Amino acid sequence: MRFQAASDQALLVYLGEEIGAATHQRVVRLLHLLQCERVAWIRNIQPAYSSLLISFDARAVDHAEAQARITEYEKRAETLPATKARLVEVPVCYGGEFGPDLDAVAAKNGLTAAKVIALHCTRTYHAYFLGFAPGFAYLGDVAREIAMPRLETPRKEVPAGSVAIAGRQTAVYPFATPGGWRLIGRTPLEIFKKDREPMGWIAIGDQVRFRPISREEYAWRSRA
Amino acid sequence: MSSLVVESPGLLSTVQDLGRPGFGAVGVSPSGAADPVALQIGNRLVGNAPGKAALEMTLAGGTFAFPEGGVICLAGADFGAQLGGKELTTWRAHAILPGKRVTLGATRDFARCYLCVAGGIVVEEFLGSASTHLLSGLGGWQGRALKKGDILPVGEVTQRIRQRKMKSGVLEALRPRKTLRVTRGPQWEWFAEEMRKKLFEEEFLVSQESNRMGLRLEGPRLATREKREMISEGAPLGAIQVTPSGQAIVLFVEQQTTGGYPKIANAIGADLHRLGQLRPRDTVRFSEVSFEQARALWIEQQGLLNSEEQLFA
Repeated sequence: MRFQAASDQALLVYLGEEIGAATHQRVVRLLHLLQCERVAWIRNIQPAYSSLLISFDARAVDHAEAQARITEYEKRAETLPATKARLVEVPVCYGGEFGPDLDAVAAKNGLTAAKVIALHCTRTYHAYFLGFAPGFAYLGDVAREIAMPRLETPRKEVPAGSVAIAGRQTAVYPFATPGGWRLIGRTPLEIFKKDREPMGWIAIGDQVRFRPISREEYAWRSRA
Repeated sequence: MSSLVVESPGLLSTVQDLGRPGFGAVGVSPSGAADPVALQIGNRLVGNAPGKAALEMTLAGGTFAFPEGGVICLAGADFGAQLGGKELTTWRAHAILPGKRVTLGATRDFARCYLCVAGGIVVEEFLGSASTHLLSGLGGWQGRALKKGDILPVGEVTQRIRQRKMKSGVLEALRPRKTLRVTRGPQWEWFAEEMRKKLFEEEFLVSQESNRMGLRLEGPRLATREKREMISEGAPLGAIQVTPSGQAIVLFVEQQTTGGYPKIANAIGADLHRLGQLRPRDTVRFSEVSFEQARALWIEQQGLLNSEEQLFA
């Protein structure tokens, strides 16, 4: 574990120095413990691949005190049993107008579009963390064969529900937002819905699978 | 319940309160007023709790009618507010008679003006806050900026509002400044001495493309010693991150919660409201303070904002 002051009211806690399942587990365990305990001096927790950003009430603690207390929580988190991950399914209609970059991903990697789809939907992904926008889950790791760099110039608007790839990550855009990831399909699901419990379809620590669906199924599901 | 009618919304007006911290794990940034100091003082001047929801106007205000009347306060930047041809001064309560309208114009000094109403603006809360989050269309008034014809409900006023005057020196101490104080960012060590010098010795220009998500800075280009891959991590409010092209971007209230660009420095808590008052084309400079100094300044500012005795004469 390594600490780094990030602002006068925030501390970065690094639980590893790489992206991977073991570090991810440590992030999830510490996050869940801190959430369960409802620690009064913590204002916000932002998890990521290998770290937690802890924003604190600077009237209650300083960096040294926050660090000492987090160290204690981390010791306890290590002794907790690993939480059993939920398996979440996301139906996707690949290609066509829903996946304008599918052919580019195929061409870049010397594959057919069908092979890209097969490689994308046969893996189970870790939901490493949520960031960027409400409900936006960073899922990994995408098969090397279909990894794809971001667009040089991001799109001004990516439609809500778009399923995309960037590097060895994949994600679903919950809202119509700007975005530079490569779009390969779209889900009819509402990924983030404020009147639903839980609001996000995908939570940190989930295992996520994509299931290819036809245009017909997409149509009736989006009407439902 | 009384109401506030939007006859014209101005350039960008949204409902804001002090935001919704605590939902980082679902990717929700706190949002909230760009100048929380102005919001809190404005609310206190109309007898509200400091965190009540109010209108945040950006660069130019609109016209707002009060069919049932009310008591308002304009706090923050001076948008030349008028009531029936008479100027309404900022930082004091004004009684508005039923059917009257308040008209605001272009800013005369800073970026944001708050229209606080006694009773507060009442909207359905999202995750415990009335703040609008524009990117995701959540919170506030229907998740969006105000439009002509919107009728916003105003809360009941339960107590008598007495006119109060700001204590001399208070507004001066909290006033927007062109030099913002920062602490070292988590990737400070990635930047060579000459880059750190640039950050503190040169002047930056706030780009036109700045908004509630972030302030893009033009001028000096910054670069890390070598190209390094960074694993995306949580980024605090006020983080100054540097893009591969060398542009500095200050993350603001509707920020992305995580990012993969190195962060050279971070605006201190006691200056965050000053970030919210920077206009496009304004110049800005940075000066370094220690974490201890920053913390002391924050505690002092919070003490002031939470003490009616220190705020009002």
